[in-house]
Amino acid sequence: MTSPADNSFRVVQPGPMTLVQDRGRYGFQQLGVSVGGAVDIDSLDLGNRLVGNEQSVAALEILLGGLEIKFARRTIFALTGADANATLDGVPLAVNISYIAHAESHLALGMVSEGLRAYLAIDGGVSTPEILNSRSTHIASKIGGVDGRPLAVDDVVNIGESNSSNASGLVLPDYDPQSSSSDPQNLMVRVVLGPQDDEFSEAGIQEFLSATYTVTDQSNRQGLRLDGPEIESKSGRYDIVSDAVVNGSIQVPGDAKPIILLADRQTTGGYAKIATVATVDLPKLGQASPGTSISFSAISVEESQQLLADRTEQFAVAQIHKLVDPISLGVDGEYVSVGVADNGEVKIADVDGETYPVSIDEYTPAE
Amino acid sequence: MPESAASDDQTRTYPRLVPAGDSAILIELGSQIDPDINTQVFALTNSVEAAEIAAVVELIPTYRSLLVSYDPIISKYDEMRDRLGRFVTELEAIVEAAGESRIVELPVVYGGEDGPGLESVAEHAGVSIKEVIDIHSGVDYRVYMIGFAPGFPYLGGLDQRIATPRLKTPRISVPAGSVGIAESQTGVYPNASPGGWQLIGRTASVLFDVTKSSPSLITPGSKVRFVPVQSHD
Repeated sequence: MTSPADNSFRVVQPGPMTLVQDRGRYGFQQLGVSVGGAVDIDSLDLGNRLVGNEQSVAALEILLGGLEIKFARRTIFALTGADANATLDGVPLAVNISYIAHAESHLALGMVSEGLRAYLAIDGGVSTPEILNSRSTHIASKIGGVDGRPLAVDDVVNIGESNSSNASGLVLPDYDPQSSSSDPQNLMVRVVLGPQDDEFSEAGIQEFLSATYTVTDQSNRQGLRLDGPEIESKSGRYDIVSDAVVNGSIQVPGDAKPIILLADRQTTGGYAKIATVATVDLPKLGQASPGTSISFSAISVEESQQLLADRTEQFAVAQIHKLVDPISLGVDGEYVSVGVADNGEVKIADVDGETYPVSIDEYTPAE
Repeated sequence: MPESAASDDQTRTYPRLVPAGDSAILIELGSQIDPDINTQVFALTNSVEAAEIAAVVELIPTYRSLLVSYDPIISKYDEMRDRLGRFVTELEAIVEAAGESRIVELPVVYGGEDGPGLESVAEHAGVSIKEVIDIHSGVDYRVYMIGFAPGFPYLGGLDQRIATPRLKTPRISVPAGSVGIAESQTGVYPNASPGGWQLIGRTASVLFDVTKSSPSLITPGSKVRFVPVQSHD
């Protein structure tokens, strides 16, 4: 059974800010169009993989949680990124596993306990109109997603046609993109110095690489504004004739404190850029809440590219697994395949190949 | 917008190719706002674009530099730097071979509701309203780069006689197509947005249309000519 083209979900509660995001809008930066896209791209990729989507498919990026939706039809979905203590029809869900929701099922996210953003990937993808080759929402320029804005109550959002194997209960156990970041409250971020590190004094660069900075609450999808020691420039000035910036550019404006530019950055900027974050370390910045400590270490371009190649390879070779190993039972002359398993702190059940969350009551065998 | 670089140029030689992280190379041709450097930037951009290098994701030309973003899974840094370095070596020939800039004509209704700041500009410059219009529409403006917002051109070449400070309090909403002056810059707002520029007129031309495959009427490296008209018909 494949999802019909007119499959959809309805927004019951949008939460603080829920946005349609894919991997970003490329090819129009020279016309001033921001790339946007998921800030924790590892979680987007993982979610799409778990529900059988292509990598280019759009999902929901849910800031802090709070989203509630009702699925119109039977739909496979997965939550990744920050754990928002979600429930499906009241039954607790785990992250990083695909589930089945039936028609009229109610998916409700609580608030995230750690991290910033949860991702909801749906079999077939979130199918808002494609604008300039992408569905990503860029709020500042009112482009993409649902009318260029966050989701609102009663929005009915289309789901694309299922092209997956239509399986649920899938996990990707051999893939842990952020295994290197042991403590999410104290991030070590690898950077490649430049392109304008020579605007800064030697002392300034030493300070940048040895100090600990703190993510301030003036941070968003455009960038993380950091607080901490000032970074000395050679001339006492920090502005340059505007040039292009990239995802992870670390610019230092007049207050001498670094700003890490993220997905929704403008395409150009007029401050010297001391360094650029290694691509593999960008996703964890998308989960860095205010108060998070960040320290920087410099690596070579070659090392940074090798890290990315290794990550890409790890994701490509990681094998999807079915979490539950069901057994076949005869019931009234018909055979059903059933299985149950613990997945973190929640229980799941597999019935004839479809995986659902189950409550403790259901899970405990009857006396 | 700064007019000069933070440090002087004596410590550096241009052009130079430097990494902007693991997925981009920045080709800096200078550090100043300079029409000749900007001409080189666009000639280089066209030439790299025409080469259709498989690893190249996209190009961002600016006042004085070209950012080449690329897929490091396809080509590593050294390979890309060498490849792009060859274009830079041939820069002179590339510039000579480059064609004339395309001119984008924008019909503008000056003054009235469309340009509530026209009188202020005239007053500040100590010239008549007609002279402001003649001066403003008498030059072809170089599009140094597009940035800040979709389709927003950074134009160079405003006659200093009509340079005017920004409004003390920015307007909450400036209509799309508004033509304004801020200090020694002139520009045109592609979309309605807040803004502090002195508005002297408005064009009915659609500057940015996301439904088109070439969404921006004004393209990098083109020139803009404002043509005075009496009405938007």
